[in-house]
Amino acid sequence: MSPEQDIPLWLALGVSILALLGAFLTLLGTIGLVRLQSFYQRIHAPTLGTSYGTASIVIASILFFSYVETRPVLHEVLIGIFITATTPVTLMLLGRAALYRDRAEGKDPVLPADEQADAVFPITSSRPHRQ
Amino acid sequence: MNTAILEWSLTIAQIMLGIAMLLATFRMVNGPRAQDKVLGLDALYVVAMLELLLFGLRSGSSIYFEAALVIAILGFVSTVALAKFLMRGEVIE
Repeated sequence: MSPEQDIPLWLALGVSILALLGAFLTLLGTIGLVRLQSFYQRIHAPTLGTSYGTASIVIASILFFSYVETRPVLHEVLIGIFITATTPVTLMLLGRAALYRDRAEGKDPVLPADEQADAVFPITSSRPHRQ
Repeated sequence: MNTAILEWSLTIAQIMLGIAMLLATFRMVNGPRAQDKVLGLDALYVVAMLELLLFGLRSGSSIYFEAALVIAILGFVSTVALAKFLMRGEVIE
């Protein structure tokens, strides 16, 4: 690590805390991805990594490279903007695809479980999406 | 001293992201249905991109930034294509 021979303490602590926070939040999101029960709960979990995790690691990278190169280095903002803008789009597409597939099988996950037990027959008989 | 603090915490953060990649791979390999596998792949590429950013931070070069940008763009396109495929049965119609 040649460029950072004598970095100041505030930079080391700031970059360390931001990187650790981002990595921890991302890890928490994937733990939720493994442990949650249904798909519609699981789809919420990794967004912890795409929002706060990406933001804090990108800020850590901006801080560090701005100090090392002694000029504002802002090109990491591109990654932050791109991930923040595209994750809702992809996850909404994926959620709608999953809802379509569940309804095509006759299960409606939007209804609560007790109502679904009563209402299985009307839903399966009048599926709106069956071709 | 300060460099040692930074280096150790970057190592710990990279280990955390490695565990996160393993968990996302678990969900990608044996998700019960196809949409779970696509969701696991989506989480996996985001975590891999963050890992590359931390790797660039540790090595002090900005080459890894471009690799992370390419991963972000291609991952978006691939997840959209897979969601479209799950919805319609074909990607380009």
